[in-house]
Amino acid sequence: MSLDIDTVRKVARLARIGMNDEELTLYQEKLNTIMGFVEQLGEVDTDHVAPLPSPVDITLRLRDDEVSDGNYASDVLANAPEQAESFYVVPKVVE
Amino acid sequence: MAQLIKGETGDWEIVIGMEVHAQIIAQSKLFSGASCQFGAAPNSQVSTVDAAMPGMLPVLNGHCVAQAVRTGLGLNAKINHYSVFERKNYFYPDLPQGYQISQFLHPIVGEGKIEIDLPDGTVKEIGITRLHLEQDAGKSLHDQHPRKSYVDLNRSGCALMEIVSEPDLRGPEEAAAYLAKLRMILRYLETCDGNMEEGSMRADVNISVRRPGAPYGTRCEIKNVNSVKAVQAAIEYESRRQVDLIEDGKTITQETRLWDPNKGETRSMRSKEEAHDYRYFPDPDLLPLEIDDAMIDKIRDSLPELPDQKKHRFMETYGLGLYDAGVLITERARADYFETTANDRDPKMAANWVINELLGILNKNAIAITDSPISAAKLGGLIDLIADNTISGKIAKDVFAEMYETGKDAAAIVDEKGLKQVTDTGAIEKIIDEVLAENPDNVAAYKGGKDKLFGFFVGQVMKKTQGKANPAAVNDILKAKLD
Repeated sequence: MSLDIDTVRKVARLARIGMNDEELTLYQEKLNTIMGFVEQLGEVDTDHVAPLPSPVDITLRLRDDEVSDGNYASDVLANAPEQAESFYVVPKVVE
Repeated sequence: MAQLIKGETGDWEIVIGMEVHAQIIAQSKLFSGASCQFGAAPNSQVSTVDAAMPGMLPVLNGHCVAQAVRTGLGLNAKINHYSVFERKNYFYPDLPQGYQISQFLHPIVGEGKIEIDLPDGTVKEIGITRLHLEQDAGKSLHDQHPRKSYVDLNRSGCALMEIVSEPDLRGPEEAAAYLAKLRMILRYLETCDGNMEEGSMRADVNISVRRPGAPYGTRCEIKNVNSVKAVQAAIEYESRRQVDLIEDGKTITQETRLWDPNKGETRSMRSKEEAHDYRYFPDPDLLPLEIDDAMIDKIRDSLPELPDQKKHRFMETYGLGLYDAGVLITERARADYFETTANDRDPKMAANWVINELLGILNKNAIAITDSPISAAKLGGLIDLIADNTISGKIAKDVFAEMYETGKDAAAIVDEKGLKQVTDTGAIEKIIDEVLAENPDNVAAYKGGKDKLFGFFVGQVMKKTQGKANPAAVNDILKAKLD
């Protein structure tokens, strides 16, 4: 399988990465090389093998329902480019 | 009964499926220990996990899992022993991770079904496709600044259940009945407060139209429908829009549309379309969720009697009709109130008093039944006085009004005001004789065939006794004297 240029453009757009045509061609090549590596895995017969979520035999840990975090608005906002009245402020996004 | 749309070229059937997002009642978030309480100061309930700081890892809230299982059981659904959290990728300012942790291929709850009660007194079964767990997004405010949006992440990461129905609904009424029943079940289970105004229950509506019996048409998904009324209005508008387009020889494009409550119309959300490529994949930060039978059984044993079970029991044990039973089971507190009132009394009389008098006045004053000035035991006391003929039904309404104002016992009010019914036939007969003597003309007219005057005589007797004469006795004696 190889990615055509439109697919590469779409992936870039979905990832919000701006690319000109030259860059798109460059990344098309790179991505296709990666895809080539990954496709080699297809040679292994996994028809009767269940997916392995983790290489070690552990189960998902569950937490008790307790409030143990939060109450530091100034910390979570510390890196925000803009803030006002403890809100994050972003360019207008409205339908 | 399915509602059909009359088009230029014949009848059309509306096909609706609903996706309801219900916020789980929990102290803390789905994957972090920050609080889920509604209405806190902006960004005060945000942990570094919710703000998606690098290196933070989600840890699943066990109670939220139990709540989802509980809801699944309440929807008569299959609980999946194995489910998987996946990342749903999209960019939006109120989604700091750049993805929502949700479930896709393997949801926690599979197929189920609920009964909905329709206004014409019929019951319809609606299929549930699935229920899955996911994170809520933050909240954006657009009216604070002309060129900026303000983002509050307090809601970010709160646990949601997305409940998806089969396309079994056939019109606005059925959609409203479905939402009402779903809300009722969630509230009985105490897994979601069902409050649409605060946004703890939100609905997306999938609508298509077709000729009756034909294959499904192309559907549109309507977002931003925040009340039962809006759901109904959006369905009316959107189905008509689709019929008009098809009859004009155009085709429906599958798309997401936004309901505009001010203009009363839906409009395309074009920007959403491209973003629809969510590129789901299993979240590498979380292992699959495994649930054993012991946990499911334990939750099943703790389920309350559910609305439909209660409805059927009220009809069977108390002999109530579907309508009365349906009204009484709407809230658990209301059903409990009724059962206390009906205890060892005539259940139909108790149902009438609760539905017509009590709920009437409570609704008028916007008071919850749990705050009723008249307790269930006191209303029962009033019913006892009617049942043993101490007061007539008419006087009882006055006593009821007084009870509502003062919170006093019915018996105390009857004593104080001397409202005890006159059942002494001798006394009643004496008053009747007086009335007949005072109205010779009407007596003659009655005997001459004006039957309707009977009511006049009853009225006069009641006036003289301030309504305290036993109506049955008055009727009997009056009849004997006149006929």
